[in-house]
Order: sequence, then structure tokens, then C-alpha cells
Amino acid sequence: MSQIHVTTSINGDATEFLCEAEDTLLDVLRDRLGMTGSKEGCGTGDCGACSVTVDGRLVCSCLMLGAEAEGREVTTIEGMATGDQLHPLQQKFIEMAALQCGICTPGILVAAKSLLEKNPDPTEEEVRYWLAGNLCRCTGYDKIIRAVMETAADLRRAS
Amino acid sequence: MRYEAPNSVEAAVDLLAATEGAYVLAGGTDLLVKLRAEMLEPDLVVDIKRIAGMKDITAENGGWRIGAAVSGAEMGEHAGLLRDWPGVVEAVGLIGSTQVQGRATLAGNLCNASPAADSVPAMVAANATLRIVGPKGSRDVAVIDVPASPGKTTLAPGEFIASVFLPAKPEHGGDAYLRFIPRTEMDIAVVGCGVSLVLDGAGKVSAARVSLGAVGPKVMLVEAGAEALIGRAPKGDALEDLAAVCSAAATPIDDKRGTVDFRRHVAGVLARRATEIAAIRAKGETA
Amino acid sequence: MALDSSDKPRTFKVVGTRPLRPDGIDKVTGRARFGADIVAPGMLVGRVLRSPHAHARIVKIDTSKARALSGVKAVVTRADFGAVPDSVADVIDNCMAGDKALYDGHAVAAVAASSAAVARKALRLIEVEYEVLAHVSDVDAAMKPDAPVLHRGRQEESVPEGYSQNVMSRVEFGHGDIDKGLAEADRVVERTYRTGATHQGYIEPHACLATMGPDGQADLWCCTQGHYMVRNTCAAILGMEQGQLRVTASEIGGGFGGKTTVFLEPVALLLSKLSGRPVKMVMSRSEVLRATGPTSSSSIDVKIGMTKDGRITAGFAQLRYQGGAYPGSPVDMGSMSAFAPYDLENVKTVGFDVVTNRPKAAAYRAPGAPMAAFAVESAVDELAKGFGLDPLEVRLKNAAREGTVASYGPTFPAIGLEATLEAARAHPHWTAPLGENQGRGVACGFWFNFGGDTCVTLNVTPDGTVTVSEGNPDIGGSRASMTMMAAEELGIPYTQVRTIIADTGSLGQNEVTDGSRVTFAVGLATIEAARNAKREMCKRAAMVWGIDEEAVEWVDGAARPAGPNAGKHDPMTLKEIAAIASNTGGPIAGHYEVNAEGAGVSFGTHMVDVEVDPDTGAPKILRYTVFQDAGKAVHPAYVEGQFQGGAVQGIGWALNEEYIYGEDGVLQNAGFLDYRIPVASDLPMIDTVILEIANPGHPYGVRGVGETPIVPPLAAIANAVSAAAGVRMTDLPMSPPRILAAIQGQKGG
Repeated sequence: MSQIHVTTSINGDATEFLCEAEDTLLDVLRDRLGMTGSKEGCGTGDCGACSVTVDGRLVCSCLMLGAEAEGREVTTIEGMATGDQLHPLQQKFIEMAALQCGICTPGILVAAKSLLEKNPDPTEEEVRYWLAGNLCRCTGYDKIIRAVMETAADLRRAS
Repeated sequence: MRYEAPNSVEAAVDLLAATEGAYVLAGGTDLLVKLRAEMLEPDLVVDIKRIAGMKDITAENGGWRIGAAVSGAEMGEHAGLLRDWPGVVEAVGLIGSTQVQGRATLAGNLCNASPAADSVPAMVAANATLRIVGPKGSRDVAVIDVPASPGKTTLAPGEFIASVFLPAKPEHGGDAYLRFIPRTEMDIAVVGCGVSLVLDGAGKVSAARVSLGAVGPKVMLVEAGAEALIGRAPKGDALEDLAAVCSAAATPIDDKRGTVDFRRHVAGVLARRATEIAAIRAKGETA
Repeated sequence: MALDSSDKPRTFKVVGTRPLRPDGIDKVTGRARFGADIVAPGMLVGRVLRSPHAHARIVKIDTSKARALSGVKAVVTRADFGAVPDSVADVIDNCMAGDKALYDGHAVAAVAASSAAVARKALRLIEVEYEVLAHVSDVDAAMKPDAPVLHRGRQEESVPEGYSQNVMSRVEFGHGDIDKGLAEADRVVERTYRTGATHQGYIEPHACLATMGPDGQADLWCCTQGHYMVRNTCAAILGMEQGQLRVTASEIGGGFGGKTTVFLEPVALLLSKLSGRPVKMVMSRSEVLRATGPTSSSSIDVKIGMTKDGRITAGFAQLRYQGGAYPGSPVDMGSMSAFAPYDLENVKTVGFDVVTNRPKAAAYRAPGAPMAAFAVESAVDELAKGFGLDPLEVRLKNAAREGTVASYGPTFPAIGLEATLEAARAHPHWTAPLGENQGRGVACGFWFNFGGDTCVTLNVTPDGTVTVSEGNPDIGGSRASMTMMAAEELGIPYTQVRTIIADTGSLGQNEVTDGSRVTFAVGLATIEAARNAKREMCKRAAMVWGIDEEAVEWVDGAARPAGPNAGKHDPMTLKEIAAIASNTGGPIAGHYEVNAEGAGVSFGTHMVDVEVDPDTGAPKILRYTVFQDAGKAVHPAYVEGQFQGGAVQGIGWALNEEYIYGEDGVLQNAGFLDYRIPVASDLPMIDTVILEIANPGHPYGVRGVGETPIVPPLAAIANAVSAAAGVRMTDLPMSPPRILAAIQGQKGG
């Protein structure tokens, strides 16, 4: 059982790793690269806590093999802030109490950022459907949806 | 388990043909769940995403050829597909979450061979065909001929789907797909219904295909549904008749997602509603 | 020192504001370390083998092939645990089956191996010989005399004859004369209600990392609602002294009651002991659903009588809860809370605790109360509507208030039920128009709220900042609340206080984070610890000023001479006193240890609009408003969050969530695909109205708020769906097939 050598980019950093063929990208991030910001809530693509982007496309890292990352550009929650500057979504989530326990928060932030890049002026319904694959059991989603909408409004004003 | 990502169809076919217990990886949204649950233990996984053409949507004979690794999200962003086959695009768009959309494919949805697959009734209604490649070369088959039974397809060893072809949209034609789920997202269809129809100058249905999912061991083309519509305006009694024949055609089971009675009834309701949407689209209006 | 008088209404400076939570940045950047994020050098992977049968005698377990596999470092079965005290006998049996596997997913063996792949392989090499037994999953079936029996000889004397031995105990509460009350009624509603078993559904699976050396000292990191409970339980199971086991709580990714017991922890400790290596164990989602505690499913008979002007003359309920494979369903709390919102002359509840071949029920947010409230509040709604009465007015007419003798015994002090009902009546939601196929429902709910053992230590650093150490895992923002109460009491800015969750070596015993106790009890202890620190700081100032310490008072973050006789001295701020602490007697700290009492019950009223698609039975929540008494909302944003989160869990319970068992007793929906918790697109915004009726048992009037919000939704939604569909719904979840069948049954009948 020989390991696969993968060369990829994670949050803009050239990265190499060895993995087993059956390792998911989430396994690689968490167990081989020590990037535990992406969470495993289900392992079956039903909860979204492991959300990352690959070549700009939002995916569940539990539903992708680590080997598939060869030559791709992966971004994770760890790449969301710039130095000590939080992304506006991160800041807004804290300000608006859009998290309680915080386990779903990394996945929701990655997903929400992906939404706003695609659609800077989403309706409430669009935000709710975009985030339907990100389960949150604490908040009832209310404050999350509001925080995403407000950040979108802030970003529109700023641009 | 080995992982290979060949660059050509030929290399992929060779790998698949040479290894018993080899599986094709396109979007992986079903395959990885089965790996995780230890339902499958492949010796080899063949990733087809690095083969030329697999991620392309190309115009062909007035229709669209969609590579086997094109994701639902990519289809949803394609203006031509959205214009011609909105029902198919909506159907694939219903599979899983935004994240799953980033990877899930039409071909994978079909090959997973779940009777509840969302895109399959829509493809059947659209009369889509598949280009299957394998050790004996390539062949084109109708979508309806691929599912065999829950979890099984008619593909031969070493074969895989290279692309899906959606034919030219008929003039004054429209399609729609609706499913019923208990929540608004993230569920497997309890009932699914695809409708594709063409209207004549008088607003009557001149051609139709009606399909149902999740109400039998595999997707079904309901010929009686088309017959109920053809020659009639898609409203009133025609829709009631359509609903009745669809309910009658359904052969569902009781399970954790729904009951026999519920599925039969809702098959008719969705057929009626999907037909109304398809008819609006056939008139060139948006729905 | 003269403390602030608590007689006059207090003006708060920090409490009631909405500062940023201290753990916010860690949680939005992915830095926060949850249970599965903890690692140790050389750690092994622990995995559990689980029973595929609902009920089976374990004839033999052969682990020899697994032990022989390269990379396997330890294998354990129940035999390796030896004898344990009675107090933890069921706990260990649930963690690792003894003679019998009692449910699908029951642990039967575990391995520690060098990798996940080796561990998986090892599990397949363990050979378990089962003798499959008849099983029972349904509560009413399990009570029948001929039902398959899980445990013999454990039935309590309270159970009358004629029931299966699966009926473990019977409780009874109430007062007055039910028959007399029913005779006074103009109408009596008598119905049976059923609710499915639901899971807490926290997104973070159980996880822990254990190390134990040959000297018996051990460390454990885990996601739990109570690391002191984990310590005490594991120590009892493993025959350790509590002081030798240090448990550190990781960040916790949701609990809702489900993390108030142990599952993996004793197993990981034993695997670590046997292998001599750190062992990490993380459950899969399917393991979480199959083997950790869901809530009880229930079957409840209610009989309520009402006069035509809306007075309830008698209330009776018989509640039957199955609590899974071991005794201890929350039927007692269901029986106590069922009629708590009402001031009744004649009331009686009887509860039966029943075991079945399902995972042992764990606490779930107001354990036992939502099902009871569903039954009672549905019947009250039906009676009110039957008389053409306004359901809010009926509730106000019968509402429990200060002085009411509760159905479960005590006499209520100041409570907020009427305030929530009046706020509901005055809210625009109540009079908003409804469309076709739409219905509005209301219901009330109650939770006791707990206090319990609590320790807080508050340290003043040399530079005059403050650290608070408390022993309760923060499941919803409690570090912010403690920080706020400490800052409030000390009169210093919020940013100058930092609160941490201390490990079990650092504080005395702390009760679990449950019973909505933390903001109340830990808050109380934080305030008292701050008062002790203030007392000490006043003493230091008195020493510097050379006056009597009774002549110093603490106002706005500084010691000041109290009154004209104390002499003229410039106030000494906390910072100034801290700076000279070393020269005035040494470091300054305040601590407080208490078994907190006076938690103060909490009531809420929920209002919901639902539309039902008459063709498919699909319900859609259109609008939702929560009215609840918080006593005093310390951080209102997190109070709102509790209201909203509880309401949405209730929506899931009402509409879609349930454990589905096949004929074979195997759980059919052990994943988030078919265990359907609400997703964002299912819901509207959840509006909240916070009422503040001060709890006399807390210095700031705080009441727990976490649990009450899940009590009213089941009934409120059932009342709304019933109104929209035109047919009374009595079984949860109200899935579309159930609603459609009810609509069609109504038409047919």
C-alpha cells in the first residue's frame, strides 16, 4: 500500500503531502496537515461543516479524495482572515452573535464567502437556500442569515 | 485501494477493464459516502476528471453534449442549458447542497442507480441519450435503458458514461421537474416527476413525455401520462386525467421516506404541477 | 465593606449590553479546539465494534485475531473493566455491553491501533457470537405483560401488577379531585398523543483523547457538558481516585443535554492504560445516532375538563415514556411539568418509565417537558376552540402566577407566565391576517431550571486585570456572560476581564452544564467571588488609608471612603490596589463555592403561523414569535439565540425528526440525510420578545433561559397545523404523509 504524493495549493501556499488513496481531503487537512478548522460533522456531505473551496468552487472536503487535490487550489477557513484582519463576514458573525457553539461556523463562513463572491446582493431566500447544506443546531439560523445579509450590504456600500 | 487519474478515455477503459472491483470517480458525492460507510471496498478508483472533454458542455446538432464530470453547479451557470432544458438543470440542481452541487454530476446520479435520483426522470422526459465508452468502443443509449434495479445499471464491465446528450429543444417545447421532499432541501426525493411537452398552434399538447421517480424500482416513463395530455390543452380535465394515470402507474413501497398511499397521491399532484410549469415554458414564458 | 443595597432596582452598566464574545475570534478563524481537534504525540486511534442486533445475548467474543494484527495495541471488552460500583453499573453497561447487547449500535468491543485503517481491520477480526433475542422498540408494546423483557428483577415497587417488567417505575403528582373537577366541566377532551424519539443533533460527534500511565495518573480531554461528571464517572468505573484523573473540557460543538454522560471516555482511558499510549476516539455520525442518547418517545393520555367560559376544572395525564435500554427516562419531569402553566384545583399526572431496545435516552433540552406540554397544550387548544374562546385568553384565565400551588408541589414565587401571555396578546403577530390554508397556534411551556454545585475563582492580576475560572463548559456564550457579571460587579470594563473554563484539577466540584443552570448558578458564584475580591480590596485600601475596613465602600471600580467620618482619601482604583497587592498582604483573589438554590422557574409562550399544502400535506412555517421571561437578560443577543435555537429544535421535533426503526429493531435513519433536522431554507426569521421578571434567587434577577424555548413549539405548531389543515394532529412528527392522511381521512369521514 504505497502512499500518493500530492502537490497542491492551500490558502495560496504551495503544499505537498502524502496520503492513502482512500483519505478524503478532510482527512488530509485535519490529520496530515494539522488544519483542524474544517470540521467533520457527518462525513457524508449532509452537514457542510467541512466546507472548503477547490478551484473557487464550494465543496464538502469529506466528499473529495485528498488525491484529487493534485494541482488544484484549495482554500479553507484558515485562509479567510488576512493576517490579523478578519474577513468582514468573520467580524460580523462575532458582532451579531451568529454563532453559539461554533462548530458549524467555519463551514458556514466558507460557504457564505463563496455566496457573496458569486452574488453580492442575495435575497434572504437565496442566502437560506445557499446555506441549506450547512447544518446549525444552536442558532435556528436567524442570526446567521442576518449576519450574511448585513455583511453583503456593508460590502456593497464599500465597493 | 488504488487511485488513478488517467488522461484519456482509452486509458480509463483499460484500467476499468483490467481491474475487478474498479469504480469510476467523477463527482464522488455518492461513491465517497459508500466508501466511508464501508459499503464498497474498491481495489481501484478511476478519476475521469482529467480526461479531455469530461468537464465540457458543447453545442451539438442543436442540442447539448454534457461531459460526464460536469457538475450541477456548472450546468446551473450555463445559459444555453438553462434556456433549452430548465427542467433538467433544475433537477440536477436539486441534488444535495450547494457544496454537493460543486461536484455532483448527471452521469453519477444515473450510475448510482437510485430509484429516487432527481436528474434521471428529467433526463428521461427530455429524451436524453448517453455516450457509453468501453472495451468494445462507444455506443449511444437512451437514459431509460440504463437503470436496471436499485443500485444496478445495464453498463457492462469496463464501460463508463462519457457524456450525456440533450437533444435540440423542440419548437414550442418546455420541460419541468418537480420532486416532493419533507424539508425544503437536503432530502432524497419521496416522489419525482419530469415532464417534457410540445404545444401546437392551438395551445394543445402535440407531444409529451412524462416520467416518475421514487415510485418503483427504477425510473418509469409513463406512456399513459403522455396519452392523457396529447391532443388536449394542458389544463383542467386533462391534468386531472394525467394525475390519475400517474397515480395509477406508480408502484411505490412504504419506507422511511414515505408511504405507498402518499407516494401514489403525490405522483399525480406533481405530474399536474410539473405539466403546468412545462406548458408555461413551452409558451416561451418563464416559470 | 458596605455592599450595594439589593433593595433598590439596580442600574446595570455592562449586564444587558451586547459585547463581543471572548471566544469569537477563535471560533470564526477555525482556531478553536473542539473534541476531535486535540492531538498528542504517539497517539493511537480507538474504534468501537457495535452490535448489529436490537437484542442479543453475547455468547462469546473472540478477540485473538484482532490482537494478533500488526499495529493493534489494545483490545477491550466488558470483561476488561471488571466489577464496578452499582452507581455506575448501567453507565458502563451502556458504554460496553455485558451479557446482552440491548440495542442496535450497542458497543461490544473496542480496539486501539496505530491507524484508523488498522483499527477498522481489527474490528472485523473480532468474532462475536450472538444469540438473537426477541426485541421491543415501542413504548406501549414494551409495557404489555408478554413483551420481550430487557432486565429482570429491577422493577420498582411503585409499579402496579399487570405490567411487563420493562416498566421500571411509576410516579404520581397532583392535588385535588379529578372526578369532581371533570363533573364540573361543560366539556371534557380525552385524547392520546404520541411523539417520536428525537436526537439532540449536535453537529460535533463525541470525541476524546485519553492518556493513563502505569502510576494510575491520567489525563482526559473531551467534549462534554460536564468534565467534573466525566471525572467522577470514569474514576468510579475504573476504580481510580478522582484526584488522579484530570479532565479538561475542549470547546464543545453543541450538547443540548446529550453530552451529560459518558460513552467513549472510560473506554479510551482503559485502552490507554493497556496500550501505554494516548488514545483518541471520535464517533462517526452514525455512531452518534445509533449509540448516544436520543430523547424518549412518548405515548400520553390526557383528560381535561373546561367550563364554557374557559375555566379548567380538572387536568389529568398519564405519561408513558420509553427511555431506551436502561431505566431513567425523564417521565418524572414530564409528569411534573405537564400542567405547570396552570393554576388548577384538580390536577393529577401519572408517569411510567419504560425500557425498550433502543439507545439509552439522554437529557435533551428540558428533558421530558416538550412531550408533556404537547399533549396538554393541544387539549387546552381544542377545548378553547371548541367553545369559540381565544386560546390566549383561556390561558390567561387559568395561568399560574405568584402564589399558585404548582401541580408538582411547590408554591410559585414571582413568575413571568402572565407577562409572556400579555405580551403575546399585544404583539402584532397575534392579529396579523392569515391566508387560505394557513393556521395560527399558540402554546405555553415551563422549565424548572437548576442550580447545584458550583465553584468560581476570580483572580486579580498585578496589572489590575481580572481572570475568572469556572468549571462549566461554555455551550452558548456563557464565558461572555460571566465576564459581563464580573465586570459589572467590579465596576471595570468588560475588556479587562477574561473568563476561562478550568480543568478538574483547578476547582472544586461543578455540576454539569445542564438544567439552564450556568448563567444563574455560575453567574451567582461569579458575582459572589467578585464581592469577596471587592471585600479584600476594600480591606487593602483601608490598610493604606489607616481606617477601619467597614468605612470603605466599593463604587464604580474603586475603593472609596464611605461617608464623612471615614476621612478624605482619593479613591483607589482596582488597578491601583492591584499594583500594591504584594506590599499589602499578597495577591488578591475572590472565590465562591456553593450548592446554588433559588434558580427560578421560567415560562414562555410561542406563537406560530403555518401553511399546509392541502394536496401534499407539506407544512411551511411562515412566522414564529417567542415570548419568554429571562429574569434579567445578561447578554440579550445570546438570550435571543437560546429562544431561537430552542424554537427551531422544537420545529424539527414537531415536523420531521424521529428515530425510525425497522421490524428488525435496527435504526433505519442513522445519518443527517434521513434524520431530518431543520435546514436554513425551511425557516423564517424567529422573532423574540424578552420579558424580565426578576428572579428573587439571583443577585441580578437572572433566570436560566436555555431549555424553556423547546417546550412550547411542539404544541404551538400542532395547534397551527391543525387549524390550517382543519383536522386535529395528535402524533409527532407531523410529517407530510401523516398530515395528508389526516386531511384525506377527514374528507373521507
